[in-house]
Amino acid sequence: MPKIKLPTKSPHIDMTPMVDLFSVVLTFLMLTTTMRQPEPAPVDTPTSISEKTTPDANWMTLLLSKDDKVFLNFDNGPDTLLAFRPKILIEMGKRYSIEFTDAELAEFKKYPSSIGVPILKMKEFLDSKDNKVRTAMQTGIPIDSTDNQLADWIYCTRSVNPNVQAQIKGDAKTGFEVVKRVLDIMADKNVFKFNLITTLEAVKINLAEIQK
Amino acid sequence: MAEIIQEEKAGGKKKAKKHAPHIDMTPMVDLMCLLITFFMLTTAFSKAKIMEINLPEKLKDKTVEPPKISASRTLNIILGPDNKLYWYPGTVKPEDYGNLPPLQETDFSANGIRPLLLERNRSLFKKIDDFKNQVVSGKIIMAPDSVTKSISKLKSDDDTGPIVLIKAYKKATYGNFVDILDEMNICGIARYTFVDIAFYENTMVEHAAGIASTAPAATPSKK
Repeated sequence: MPKIKLPTKSPHIDMTPMVDLFSVVLTFLMLTTTMRQPEPAPVDTPTSISEKTTPDANWMTLLLSKDDKVFLNFDNGPDTLLAFRPKILIEMGKRYSIEFTDAELAEFKKYPSSIGVPILKMKEFLDSKDNKVRTAMQTGIPIDSTDNQLADWIYCTRSVNPNVQAQIKGDAKTGFEVVKRVLDIMADKNVFKFNLITTLEAVKINLAEIQK
Repeated sequence: MAEIIQEEKAGGKKKAKKHAPHIDMTPMVDLMCLLITFFMLTTAFSKAKIMEINLPEKLKDKTVEPPKISASRTLNIILGPDNKLYWYPGTVKPEDYGNLPPLQETDFSANGIRPLLLERNRSLFKKIDDFKNQVVSGKIIMAPDSVTKSISKLKSDDDTGPIVLIKAYKKATYGNFVDILDEMNICGIARYTFVDIAFYENTMVEHAAGIASTAPAATPSKK
């Protein structure tokens, strides 16, 4: 009988369980993920104690940046088949006699973040493929009383999707004049109920201590 | 697995040489690590939080009188420049425009406006606080929805707390606006609303903050 050799230790580590685990985590992340959308302007939202979360659908978000620009974003509705975004753009085009091609509408439908382009430049914006060019065109939606495109956007959004809820996402340092202007425009269009997007911050009050 | 095969060999059984059953999984693991990191960084786990606010409707019909509120319960809070807060109780009647009430200055810290609001809203705040404690300690068992409903019922039944009118001077920021609304929620104020600032209040703020008067509408009150 030959001598029984002691098995030399295999240099391989069995990675199967590790791969299994990774697959599970990866699948979980891929299924639950909602991509964080890059915003055209960085915004630090103020803090509040509110724990309500944003609705999944039927929202329009007004983004008020630090340098007093206004951006607007809205969703496609509870089902993407409803395709509210292109419908709103068509309505908007009618008001300014601009006709958008199917390709432009499709581009607008899937554009992920807020838009702050004057409507006359919208065609150019949707046609350009370069992100840098696009960013440069995001000059904010005009809110002057002479050229109040924000009011038209709100009107079109509400006529296409009557259930839409207005949300305001502003930077803590945004000046109040622009906020007031936006609130006035909304009030003119009979929007009085807003959701202000904030970051959660816990506050505890000790009643006895304050009553001292 | 490798060990088993080696043991078989050691057992002396003759077998056709097999390919190693090992596949080198390192690149796959590398890739998965990358993907996991990517997804973890791009995922927005928590949804954004929202705070609801209802603004008063604009009276389009000028003949309709705006609702009257009792002056003794009214508290005016004005958001000033540089994160300052000003407040005064009651209302200013037209005959007092020449003799405006002084503004009290305060701030957003925990010792600023909060004790003031809690002091005036004590009975309602205590009711809400007791109710919340009972829910937390399990004396009352109800669904979260009914808890919110009961609290809003407590608020709408209240008739002792202040009626807070929030106004903003033009140099205020959006952060101030959210902060003061948040303070209303913290202190459980039942009745508050955001209204336009009056011209005499502009003057009062400018006077208190030591800014040169800018609003042309404010001149009549200066005389």
